[in-house]
Amino acid sequence: MKRTVPIIITALGGFVLIIAYFIPRTQGWGETAAIWFDVLASIAFILGGGNLLKIHLKKISDQNSGWGYSAITITAFLFTLFVGLGKIGVNPNIQYPDFAWSGSYRTIGSPFWWLYEYAFKPLTATMFAMLAFYVASAAFRAFRAKNIEAILLLGTAFIILLGRTFAGVLLTSWLPDWLVGLKLENLTVTIMKVFNTAGNRAIMIGIALGIASTSLKVLLGVDRTYLGGGED
Amino acid sequence: MYEFIKNIDRRWIFLLMFVSVAIPILLQIQFPEKATDLAVTTYEAIEQLNPGDKVLLSFDFDPASEGELGPMATTFTYHCAVKGLKMYFMALWPVGPQMVDERIEKIIHRDFPDMVYGEDYVNLGFKSGNEGVIKVIVTDFRKLYTTDAYGTAFDDIPMCQDIYSVQDMDLLINVSAGYAGTKEWVQYAVTAFPDDIKMVAGCTGVQAPLLYPYIPDQLPGLLGAIKGAAEYEKLVVERYGLEDQPQYLEGIRRMGPQLVAHLLMILLIITGNVIFFIEKRREGQS
Repeated sequence: MKRTVPIIITALGGFVLIIAYFIPRTQGWGETAAIWFDVLASIAFILGGGNLLKIHLKKISDQNSGWGYSAITITAFLFTLFVGLGKIGVNPNIQYPDFAWSGSYRTIGSPFWWLYEYAFKPLTATMFAMLAFYVASAAFRAFRAKNIEAILLLGTAFIILLGRTFAGVLLTSWLPDWLVGLKLENLTVTIMKVFNTAGNRAIMIGIALGIASTSLKVLLGVDRTYLGGGED
Repeated sequence: MYEFIKNIDRRWIFLLMFVSVAIPILLQIQFPEKATDLAVTTYEAIEQLNPGDKVLLSFDFDPASEGELGPMATTFTYHCAVKGLKMYFMALWPVGPQMVDERIEKIIHRDFPDMVYGEDYVNLGFKSGNEGVIKVIVTDFRKLYTTDAYGTAFDDIPMCQDIYSVQDMDLLINVSAGYAGTKEWVQYAVTAFPDDIKMVAGCTGVQAPLLYPYIPDQLPGLLGAIKGAAEYEKLVVERYGLEDQPQYLEGIRRMGPQLVAHLLMILLIITGNVIFFIEKRREGQS
């Protein structure tokens, strides 16, 4: 029962979506299935929150190394949740002044806005910006012309790195008109449009065929690994 | 010197990267831009629309990619506003609405104070479900969007009353930092209704190669990272005379640090390889 019901739900949902795509009359069924999916996706946020609490609370109670970070994570999570759900410091919507909670949680100047603007935004931007430093260090230590493939990759990287900036234009501006295709900015476009597109299309078609066969296995109940371990 | 470079502490490389990005920012170094075909197509897709045409702007990114995608989102918003298009903002990412709010605050409220919320632009907010959201709204908006981001009923918003699905839009503009984003919009909206939905997009640098296979049929215009944004900015700035307004020159401004950082990367790769070959030769001799 524990496995049969999920298999039936999966098969029903999957086949409804396939049928809805090919038979216009059944398009509504597909929309209904998609709405269920969206509702489930919303519930997944609650599940995700619960899971986050479970993992980090366990880490704190076991006093594992780095439990202090877990404590910070949980504190930040609960505080943001409280401020956002409670709409703390939010003025009522002008249209519904009698309802205290009618204002938007994102109102400028509200505590939730403050958390977003001065904590979440700079923290996530900093994390992403740090990539530049690690990429530079990796470029120095790991990007080696060890064989033909690596040399080709290096050459392409140089063309793209230069071609995506004014340096590329400047370096090859002296080339005559009949060699315009060799200008770095044009070479970049050719690499992206021809070599990259051809390679990516081949990969995409391969992936699509793989997904189709895997999906069919899942829908027919042949592949049940997504259900995890355990017996019926 | 050779030994120092060979065993260089990575913190020196971090410092070099910091300096190479900081100097062009501090000195306000800017370089000329030449628009490539994809930027021109993106620009023309918006430019050829008439005042009152409907545009759906889906801002599917977050503050982490704001540095790369923020300038193009700003220019898209300005371009649509100056053309007098009706803008329907939405997001597939949880913090997408904040990206929309920022553009509304800094562009529409500041430079287009006459525009009225609900008549000229609307923020429909975030819906969870990724491609599931696209799949529903391409045929029926109301099944998912019963209200806008501020709780006003969809049918009470004047500019939403004659909107039934994404197919009613004259253009779809997507700014994407990953999943769900441009790829999903192409697969579930444009591919399903190729005659009714036209789309242009802007994406991060790592995403761009993956989206090229959809050009030009499913995706006629694509702005790849800050370079694409700078090219598009140049076209909009020249057309509408914005040379003296720094908030519309962010993409062009950010190309300065990018150029120096790219040159540093090339220098580091070459240096690393010179050391690699010297060491290889030494090993061969001993």
